Amino acid sequence: MPQFLAKRFNGRLIVVEGIDGSGKSTQISLLSQWLRLRGYAVAFSEWNSSPLVRETTRRGKRKEMFTPTTFSLIHATDFADRLERYILPLLKAGAVVCADRYAYTAFARDAVRGVDPAWVRNLYRFAIKPNLAFYFKVPLEVALGRILGGRNALKYYEAGMDLGLSRNIEESFRIFQGRILVQYEAMIEEMGFHVIDATKSIEKQQREMRRIVVREFGRTRPPEILGMEGMIARANA
Amino acid sequence: MLARTREPLTFYRTPLPGVDISELQGKLIVIEGPDAVGRSTQVRKLKTWLEQLGHAVLDTGMARSALAGKGIRQAKQGNTLGPVTMTLYYLTDFADRLENEIIPALRAGFVVLMDRYIFSIMARAIARGESRAWIERTTGFALVPHLVLYLRADVKHLISRVVVGRGAFDYWESGLDLGFGRDMYDSFVRYQARLIRVFNSLSTPYGFEVVDAGRPAEEVFEALQAAISGCFTPQAVGTSARPIARGKRTNSRPNGVRPFVPQSSLPALK
Repeated sequence: MPQFLAKRFNGRLIVVEGIDGSGKSTQISLLSQWLRLRGYAVAFSEWNSSPLVRETTRRGKRKEMFTPTTFSLIHATDFADRLERYILPLLKAGAVVCADRYAYTAFARDAVRGVDPAWVRNLYRFAIKPNLAFYFKVPLEVALGRILGGRNALKYYEAGMDLGLSRNIEESFRIFQGRILVQYEAMIEEMGFHVIDATKSIEKQQREMRRIVVREFGRTRPPEILGMEGMIARANA
Repeated sequence: MLARTREPLTFYRTPLPGVDISELQGKLIVIEGPDAVGRSTQVRKLKTWLEQLGHAVLDTGMARSALAGKGIRQAKQGNTLGPVTMTLYYLTDFADRLENEIIPALRAGFVVLMDRYIFSIMARAIARGESRAWIERTTGFALVPHLVLYLRADVKHLISRVVVGRGAFDYWESGLDLGFGRDMYDSFVRYQARLIRVFNSLSTPYGFEVVDAGRPAEEVFEALQAAISGCFTPQAVGTSARPIARGKRTNSRPNGVRPFVPQSSLPALK
């Protein structure tokens, strides 16, 4: 059975995946700016950003109420809301939708949390198959260096503290990310990811992405894809 | 049929991580059926009755989880809740109650009395055009109940209950999000008829015990009591000295149906 609904839309769906610190958010942001410059109507959607479930997710995290199953389900609910209200209508309208993380994030994280992989994959069967899925391949230590070096404190669930891997949050984060990395690597072939070497310079990675987009979309904007003469879709929070 | 009740509990498809089902001592009893069929009233009465018999009872229903209950109620205030989102939000709520309330209660030997189960979530999803295979797999982490009592009634009966009991039609109970009818009444009729068809189609595969809910509430209650009594050993019910319950049970059990005697049962009161 195919993983996602094989529906055709006027628009295009581009997703980026990779562990924390792989640089995927920077790259999708640069790509969407470039697409806008080339006249495409571009929209953007971020993992775990639906206003409808925000309060529930916040409550669950604050009070550490989540089990692997409810954690998986609330993220699927968030995803469904963004898909039904935002991504799907925009794709029908002909926009290029850029998604920072997609269902693959759930496949990787939930499997690490001990949720049955076949169950999670079925859970997301309502999702739309992306036109392009970029995977930012990076060695664990490089990604950890980027995260642990600069940014603010790690959060409980982001560090996989609910798994009881270590009492030390940084150590827990290392182990958790390492396991997620293994899951991603195992998905590359199955899910048809375009692998980007995320150890290269930001500019090199971006050039590679743009080359792949041109190869897929063509040199000029296909007529069915919405142009900038319409309104620019605003990010949904 | 009473013989369909199971012991011990199992998961439908996908075991929940970290749950040892051999520890679950209690009874899981589900009351299902369409909106306005009278489930909640019956659950309330059954709870009192079971407690009088000496059983500890946990009653729970949709959107009552600590995690997602509030969020679902808020989401339903707006008009932007898509069908998949609604399904998954309710399933999040269900999973939270299953893992944090129902399973601990079963571990402690409670009778868990559920006002709706996965079947309502399934019926609503299927009635909105979602794939049955998808929702069956997605809800596969649910426990197979000892008893699923399906309160069956036709749409006409539901309408009279809505009009007399509540005085107004509800947006979601009328399935207005489906854009069926020109008004709440038309929409209610079409949506509830569709839900009933789905419930009926689930009845055999999921072993529902069908209870005719088109009767006076007192008769429905007696039928439910009779079916539930079959979940317990005769001693467990009998020692509680409630001859009315026993008498009713014998009267309303169809001929040829033997009482189900599980290997273990809830401790009886001395």
